[in-house]
Amino acid sequence: MRKLAINRLRERKPLDESRIDRFLQRHQVPIVEGPKCTFLFRGGEDDGVDEVWVCHRIVGQPDRVPMKRLGNTSLWFTIMELPAGSRVEYQIEVRRAEHYERFNDPLNPKLAHSPVGSSSVCQATGYTEPEWARFDPDSRPGELLELSQASGALRRESHCRVYLPARFSTTHRYPLLVVHDGDDFLEFAAMKNVLDNLIHRRDMAETIVAFTNPGDRTREYANSAQHARFLHSELIPRLESELPLLGTPAGRCLMGASFGGVASLSTAYRYPDFFGSLLVQSGSFVFTDIGNEHGGGPAFDPVVRFMNRYRAKPRRVVDRMYQSCGIYEPLIVPNRSMVDVFRGTGMDVRYSEARDGHSWEDWRDRLREGLSWIYPGSAQYFYE
Amino acid sequence: MTVVLLGPQRRPSLDKLVCSLGLGGPFATVTAGWQEREKDDSELDRHLGGRSRNLHLWHRMQQVFGSDPEYAAAHRARRSQLLELQENYQLGLSHIVQFLDELRHRTSGSAALRELAVEDAVNVLRGMDKQHIRRVAEIQGRFYSDFPPHERPSVAEHRAEVAELMSDAAAVVITGGHIVELLDALHLFNVNAVGLHRLPIIAWSAGAMALTSRVVLFDEHAVRGPGCSEVFDHGLGLLPEVTVFPSAKQRLRTNDKQNLGLLARRFAPNTCIPLDPGARVVIGSDGTLPADTPVIDDAGIMRPMQVVGGDDAQAGNQPTA
Repeated sequence: MRKLAINRLRERKPLDESRIDRFLQRHQVPIVEGPKCTFLFRGGEDDGVDEVWVCHRIVGQPDRVPMKRLGNTSLWFTIMELPAGSRVEYQIEVRRAEHYERFNDPLNPKLAHSPVGSSSVCQATGYTEPEWARFDPDSRPGELLELSQASGALRRESHCRVYLPARFSTTHRYPLLVVHDGDDFLEFAAMKNVLDNLIHRRDMAETIVAFTNPGDRTREYANSAQHARFLHSELIPRLESELPLLGTPAGRCLMGASFGGVASLSTAYRYPDFFGSLLVQSGSFVFTDIGNEHGGGPAFDPVVRFMNRYRAKPRRVVDRMYQSCGIYEPLIVPNRSMVDVFRGTGMDVRYSEARDGHSWEDWRDRLREGLSWIYPGSAQYFYE
Repeated sequence: MTVVLLGPQRRPSLDKLVCSLGLGGPFATVTAGWQEREKDDSELDRHLGGRSRNLHLWHRMQQVFGSDPEYAAAHRARRSQLLELQENYQLGLSHIVQFLDELRHRTSGSAALRELAVEDAVNVLRGMDKQHIRRVAEIQGRFYSDFPPHERPSVAEHRAEVAELMSDAAAVVITGGHIVELLDALHLFNVNAVGLHRLPIIAWSAGAMALTSRVVLFDEHAVRGPGCSEVFDHGLGLLPEVTVFPSAKQRLRTNDKQNLGLLARRFAPNTCIPLDPGARVVIGSDGTLPADTPVIDDAGIMRPMQVVGGDDAQAGNQPTA
């Protein structure tokens, strides 16, 4: 078997800075060779670098993986074994004397973005970015409209965007998908591209999508009666009065990731005959088996109370549910636990795991499977 | 009656075909599979030398639904029943597919016994297909006996117009599209009875599927569904011994010979015909398939039909799991 590139470099003589220059020009960082991923950082004694780590959030692994210096050069490295198909977001941390600094990998141009900033991305062997999430000039584009709704329940103005599929017609009747953290899904999970492409390819039914946005997210999404009332009694009735929507439970789906998943489940729980389906990604379904200590901080208190209550007396809240979670995120344990609980109520649950973390790109990558499960298109019946 | 089956017409070659067959028109055209775009047929008409007469079956069907709400409601109820039936059948199929997957990844034990288990699974699939199509026929039969289309004034008028358009047609062209809409439209306006069966037909993709006696849906790359082909409904039955697979290379796992071989065995004795872009199968009035018909054989190889016979022994010896 061929030696790893870093080991081949180590054996070269003389191992000087110009050789490292050439090495870095030749390789994409991290260097992915089968399951081994070599992370690199360049910073020598002149820069005052004393220690370097790769920082990631893979459950069960140390958060900070130390890098070591290659000989007396300015190059630092560490090798991590990542199973095929993995996608890991990380940053580099550097210590200069007592000063610690964390930043994106300067050698890796691949970045993932989120509302709290960006991270570098390591795509292990076998991972491919879905082509259906990219802009496709052949796909007929849908339209995004602005919509403001004065909400008595939330005591604030709610700002939404409404997606109308290409070839929208008032003589058709469409199913409705309500997306929590809507602007984030549009910006960080390429959801407009995804909808345009999946609908164009008939993987997904033509659907009207309401992208909603929270005010105080931790309050509104953590099992809030006000938020549920806003969706059930204010937003959806308005959408159904102004747009040609099916207006039946089978034509109403709630979707959300993380806390947005809790908001989806708890809203459907409050109005059990109103929604037909849920699409929940990395739901923050934190619960406790003994006592009330959950370690998630005060924001999770109402979530844990809700989940404990639900687990004690589970009930069917919708007919169909798509649930996904990344196996590198801490939420994998509660999510796995909930699959059987949900199924036990008679809900038709499709569950999917990915070698990924709690990230927008993970949620983007699962959209095709989730959306085509909830609102299947007619591709199966179409033969051009 | 000559029937010509074509692959998808992304790069249409219809004009050359019409010329080579010496067909002069007029041509009755069926574009019901295009649904609301049914009338956007100017390119098709150009290929037919401006001699096409679109039967507009899909729009006629919408008019029937609009003017006969009772029939429309019954039609919707039948569709939803069929859909539910199909979903239950898909669920069953998905378990057999999973079983076959597990078998092929198993390395312990006897290969011969595994092969027997594969054979049993294929027989289970064939039994499920047969039972499913029987159930579909029951639902369809009930619908047509409760709501005989010929007794609905809303339908009768359209049927007469369609018959008139078909009466002096020299050939029929049926395009691809949505197979369910196409089949419903063909049945509702009784196109077979008013001359389809005696005229030369050119059909592609869903149009070709509609001519067979058993319509098989398939998309092995779809994110939903059972991950294998599924029997859907009876077609018009003009080609009783073939099952067609439009865009096979795109929709089937064609690099997996075991998978393709299973498909051929499952639908035997019918001949499985892939219809990829550029495919052309000219079937004479005696129904005989030409020697160069592309087929999928028991070994999971796509090739012209003429070479199948010689290699049958080899095909039978291929391990499948």
